[in-house]
Order: sequence, then structure tokens, then C-alpha cells
Amino acid sequence: MFVARMAVIAAATLCLTSVAVSVAEAKTLRWASQGDALTMDPHSQNEGPTTAMNQHVYEGLISRDPKLAKVPGLALTWKPIAPDTWEFKLRPDVKFSDGTPFTADDVVFSYTRALAPTSDFRSYISSIKDVKALDPLTVHIVTNGPNPILPDYTTSILIMSKAWSEKHNVTKPQSFKDKEETYAVRNAMGTGPYTLKQRDPDVRTVMAKNPTYWGAKDFPAYPDELVYTPIKEPATRVAALISGQVDFVLDAPLQDIARIKQTPGLKTEETAQVRSIFLGLDMGSAELKYSDVKGKNPFADKRVRQAMYQAIDVNAIKAKVMRNFSAPAGLITSPGVHGHTPQLDQRLKYDVAAAKKLMTEAGYPNGFSVSLDCPNDRYNNDEQICQAVTGMLAQIGIKVDLQARSKTLHFPKLQKKDSSLFLLGWGVPTLDSHYVFTFLYQTSDAAKKVGSWNYTGYSNAKLDELADGMLKEVDQAKRDKMIADAWALAVADMPYLPLHHQLIVWSMSDKVTMPIFANDSPNFKYGKMK
Amino acid sequence: MSDTGTLARLRDSDMWWSFRRSPLVVAASVVTLIYFVAAVLAPWIAPFDPFDVKALNLMDAFTPPAWAEGGSAKHLLGTDNQGRDVLSAILYGSRVSLMIGLAAILLSVTTGVLLGLLAGFRGGWVEAIIMRLADIQLTVPAILIALTLDGVTRVVLPKNVHDSVAIWVLVFSIGFAYWPQFARVTRATTLAEKNKDYVNAARIIGVPGARIALQHVLPNAWGPVLVIATIELALAIIAEASLSYLGVGMPATQPSLGTLIRIGNAFLFSGEWWIVIFPVVALVILSLSVNLLGDWLRDALNPRLR
Repeated sequence: MFVARMAVIAAATLCLTSVAVSVAEAKTLRWASQGDALTMDPHSQNEGPTTAMNQHVYEGLISRDPKLAKVPGLALTWKPIAPDTWEFKLRPDVKFSDGTPFTADDVVFSYTRALAPTSDFRSYISSIKDVKALDPLTVHIVTNGPNPILPDYTTSILIMSKAWSEKHNVTKPQSFKDKEETYAVRNAMGTGPYTLKQRDPDVRTVMAKNPTYWGAKDFPAYPDELVYTPIKEPATRVAALISGQVDFVLDAPLQDIARIKQTPGLKTEETAQVRSIFLGLDMGSAELKYSDVKGKNPFADKRVRQAMYQAIDVNAIKAKVMRNFSAPAGLITSPGVHGHTPQLDQRLKYDVAAAKKLMTEAGYPNGFSVSLDCPNDRYNNDEQICQAVTGMLAQIGIKVDLQARSKTLHFPKLQKKDSSLFLLGWGVPTLDSHYVFTFLYQTSDAAKKVGSWNYTGYSNAKLDELADGMLKEVDQAKRDKMIADAWALAVADMPYLPLHHQLIVWSMSDKVTMPIFANDSPNFKYGKMK
Repeated sequence: MSDTGTLARLRDSDMWWSFRRSPLVVAASVVTLIYFVAAVLAPWIAPFDPFDVKALNLMDAFTPPAWAEGGSAKHLLGTDNQGRDVLSAILYGSRVSLMIGLAAILLSVTTGVLLGLLAGFRGGWVEAIIMRLADIQLTVPAILIALTLDGVTRVVLPKNVHDSVAIWVLVFSIGFAYWPQFARVTRATTLAEKNKDYVNAARIIGVPGARIALQHVLPNAWGPVLVIATIELALAIIAEASLSYLGVGMPATQPSLGTLIRIGNAFLFSGEWWIVIFPVVALVILSLSVNLLGDWLRDALNPRLR
């Protein structure tokens, strides 16, 4: 009897071990961060975490490596063949994960799609006049005049399959702000290292290794499966990492980094991120939508904007809210972006007395009230930043009604221009200042496809001209002068109040090897699981 | 009947005897009393006003309790992530928690007792409908009802409006969840009493039905209703704390104890334990004291347990 029982136990143990071994064989990387990708449609939302998710399934003509250098993606080479034309030679023998071959037609289709009115990527490629397929492996992109930085912009335009999109009736991007639901929102099919296996928005996203991936040779060891779980509560996220329920946390709360570093079996990677956090003010409306000032707009007065700027003690935010994982900013773009200089990145002095004086001069000695819209699951400690700002603005009499929401509500609210004062962060995928001007500072103009994230109503003809000019200027010295002039205008006009540049910390199990990307967008094909 | 007469009667009563006999109950009632007094007097006894954003200084944030290293005597129990004094926040928070608890119980007592009386007196289809509704309500957990109601109002009302009425949404949703208890007890008493001679006598001399119900029958139900109300008060306080902890209750700008615990939860791993521990202790002591009082009241009013 005893022997029999032992045999059963031994057999069971064997079974268990073999199960354990096979589980360990298929290397699954479980990762988490606070919010989910907004959509799987690659042209619908130009938002960091959304792109970070989609880039595992879809790829661009050009990709970025962990140092953010441009490396061949679906295009092997690119070069200008005329002042207004770039030629892209496509990678041969690439297949979409459903088996159809990737050709120049898919590129033409995807760029046309990304230029559709519901696309959030129009500002990236607003200079494009025409995209032509010369043969199955050659694409010509014709721009309105020369565009020296076009390749930088192509890194963000992900390529979809024309056949798949037509079959599923998704030839137009989803209109996110209208809550449109299309096939491409929960399904994805591209050429990338992974295929989408399961998509439950805000619950779980599973991706499996794409067996037909062209890069299998260059990236032989990346994890077989990715399981993404959004975990909104910061403490829960850390607990999940410490207890081994996830292997990788993109955004562990900054106050817990010290604890994670001390925990055996866990490690962190840190870098300065290409992302700045700032407040945007609706200075263009005749009257603020959410304020007790009626008949005029206090934010239209530069003195009020400057008073708010000088009332914010960004060093206190750095010390107490960000636990020193931030660098106070005078520009809304970070070091590492072309056009950023330390001279421009100087803050106006924190000076409550001066701020009060400005408020009095502007005619608001007793302040006014205004609503501040703030995401609570997007940027590092975003809601706490807003709480701190609320307290600081109270010092100069501005009574802030803080409205913290999930980013799935915050961004559509901004996109409907339904905010008087908002917190926003801006990363620069192209690593060039033009990106910031064209999205945030240029006069919002849907026909011209510029200013699509300019929710401030700010409009300066001189700056518009400079931004248009720097897109076409091929003489580097002249172009740099244009960028510097444009920044000088942007800093002087203050439609945005800069707060800080984010430093990012990725926390992971020591089984994971993953280089940190300064754009906070992990591409797990560069990762490895032990 | 003079006041001294009432007092003397109270001192002679079984209630007083059983109250004095148990030091635990005495302690519980003293603690509860302290909470009530502190809650009422919070604006005067709290060292700081945690609602006044102007007075906050972010550089004061994360000050440990006075006795810990780096603590300051200014903030006895330390400060939270915004530089709010934890002690003051707890005093104001208890006030919010107690207020919501009491108002919710008041609401469910009123609804429950009235419906119970109606059901007991009318009988027939009125009774059937009311009591079946109560049965249905009893099968759904209170917290779920509260979550649903809160969720619906959150969708219907814009966020800034919702924040200002959050307290009433909580009162209504918790209060709504607890009425069946009271309805059942009142109906049972009503059924037992309504055919007794004194009720029939009142009816014969022409006393209106509503007056019979409220003046003659209802007083018989007050004992059990009071017992349930005390026990449910503890439950209501915890329900409020749970909802606020889940982020669907009081907003961070006017925190209840549950909101404070939610805020503090984020700093548990990083070693700033005082932000969460003190509100938790305050909540535990409050609900435990009220619960002990309720238990004692139930035993003291139950003749079979004497």
C-alpha cells in the first residue's frame, strides 16, 4: 500500500515537473502599467501607451532601436532622390501574420489611411503630397517642398495590410472621440514580432510570437508570449511585481522605487525620458467654459498666465511628488530633442509675491475659479501633480476645481476642446522640435493638418510661418535658427506652463533583460527572458 | 413625572445594571461618545483645517508622526502626501463618516418603519408587495446596491456636480440598502399588536388609523429598531469606508476615513505608514465601539437572555 502510494506521488510529481518545464519553455513575459492602450487601431490615437502596444503587432517603414536611433523596419534603405521626394526600398520576403505578402501597395494604403480625417497622425505627415508605389518593393513619398526630417516622422506611421483592412471594412481609422467601434479596435494583424491573441480592453491583452516574423534571425530570443494587464492602483502594481505575478512594470510609483531596488530578484532601469509635463490654458476662447469669470477670458491676459507660472513651486513638486525623478522645465520639450538648449530650458523664478502683483495688475486681485482637467492614469503621479498645483494656485487666489479622470475620458474631453485648463505630457517620437510646434503650437487647422493637439487656441502667425519653414528648410544652420526663434516666441507667449521633464524607471524581475527606451515605449523584441 | 424620577428609574433598571456590569460596554460607549463630540467639534479642536488648500504647503508633505525620526510637534500624527495634518484629517474624516452613517440609518429607519407599519396594518397585496420587495432587496448585498446607485448617479451627473452631492449619494445608497431589516421588525411587531385589546379599543373610540399605528403600535417596535439601528450604524460606517476606499465615495477634497485610507494605501510600500495606519485604527475603533454597544443593547433588551 505504502509503495503504491509512493509510486502515485512520484508519478504525480513527475507530471507536475514536466508541466512546470513546459511552462518554463514557453517564455511568457507578463507586464503591467497603469492604463491600457486606448485602441488597437494604429492610426486612431497618437498616444504613448497605445503606440507602445501597437508596435508589437504593426511596424513602420523605419523603426527605433533602444537608443532611439533610426534602424531599418519595413524599409531597408531610404534616401532623397529629388528635393521633394524620398525613395524607400522595402524589405523583401516580408509576410503579414495571415500569410499575405507585404508590398508597396500596403504602404500606400497605410499612408492614405493615416491621412484620413479621423486619423490622429495627420500632423506627422501633413507635408506629404503623394505616396507612390513604383514596384512592389519601391515607394516614393512626394512632399510639398523639401522635407529633410520625413524619415523621423515615418517611424510613427505603422503599416497595415490593405487586403485585411478592406476585408474587415476598416479602411478608415476609428473616430476615437466619437467612441466608434470598428473591427480594427479589438483586432490587429501586421508584420510585427507578435500577433494579437486576446484583447480585453482594460483587462488583459495577450500577444503570441509571430511565427512568420522577418526578424526572427535578428531577434532570436525575445519572449514567446506577452501578457499585458493594466493595474490602475499603484500599490497593487508594486505588490504584483514583488509577489511575482508580473515580470515587468513600466511605471512603478516613484515612492516605491527604493523599495523595489532593495527587493532581491528585482531590478530597475532608469533614464531621462523624452517627455515633458505641462499645463495648457485655453487662452483663445472669448470666455472660459469652466470659470466664474464671465464675458472675458482671464487666460487671454499674459500677466495671468505668467502669474500662474510663477506661483508654481516646481522644486517642491520634484522633491515631494516626484521623489526627485523629474527635472524642472522651462521648455515643454526635453533634452535629447533637436532644438532643445539648456539656455531656453530656464524657468521663470518661483515668486508668489510677484505672481500676486501680476494678478492684481491684470485685474484679478481676488483671483477667480477655474476647473483643472487632469488624467489620473497617464503620467507619473499625474493626479498628485494636479493636487499640488491646486494648492499652489490657491496662494494667488485662483480657486481650482480639480477634475481627475482616467485618460480614456481626459483625452476625448481635450479633443472636444472642452477644457479651460489641463495637464498634458508630450513626448517627441521624431526627436525634433518641429513635432512639438506642429502639434501643440501651430494654429489649429484641420485642413492644413497642423495644430491638432493645440487645445489652447493659441495662434501666432510668426510662429506658424517658422514651423512651416523648418519643415522644408534643408540648410541646417538656417533651420536651427528658425527653431530657436520659434522657441523664443513659444516661451514668451506662454500658452503652456512647463512643469518638468519626466525621468522614467522601469522595474522588472531579474529574469528579464530589457534595455530602457527613453521614449518610455518598450519594444519587447529587444527583450529576453531567462 | 420629574427628571429625577426618570433618572432614579433608570438607575434602578436592568439596563443600567447590565451596563455597569460590563467594563467593555462602558469603554465602548465612552469611546463612541468621544467620537461624536470630536466629530461635532472638529472645526474647533482640529489643529489645522485640512479643507483649506491655501494653508497647505507641499514642502510639509510626508512629515512622520511627532515621536518618529524627522517628525515635528506641529503635526502629532504626521502629514500626508499633500502636507495635510493627519490628525486633523482624521477628525474631519470621522465627522464625514459618522454623518453619512447616521444620516443613512435615519433614512433606512424612516423608510423601513413606515413601510413595515403599512405592510402590517394593511395586509393583503400591499403587504405582499412590500415584503417581497424587502426579500428581493435582502438577497442583494448592501455594498452592491450602494455601488450600483453610486455608479448610476456618476453617469447621470457631471463630475463636478457629483462631487458636491457625493455625500448625499452615499447617504441615499447606503440608507436604501438597509431598510428591509427595519421593515420586517416593524411589521412583525405590528402583526403581534394590531389585534390586541388596546388597539381595538382605540379603534372603537374612533382614533384614526395613522394615529393608532404611530402612537399606539409603533412604540412597541422601538426596542428592536434601536438595536438594529445601532448595529447597522457600524455596518453603514464600514460600507461608506469601503465605497470611499474603492474610489466611488467621498472625493479626495472632502475625505472620509475610507478616502484617507485609500490615499494612504499608495504609500504603504514606501514606508510612509502613518498616512494609512492612523485612519485605519480610527475606523476600526469607531466601528468596533458602535458594534459592541449594539450587541450589548440587543442582549439587554432581550428578556430571554437575562
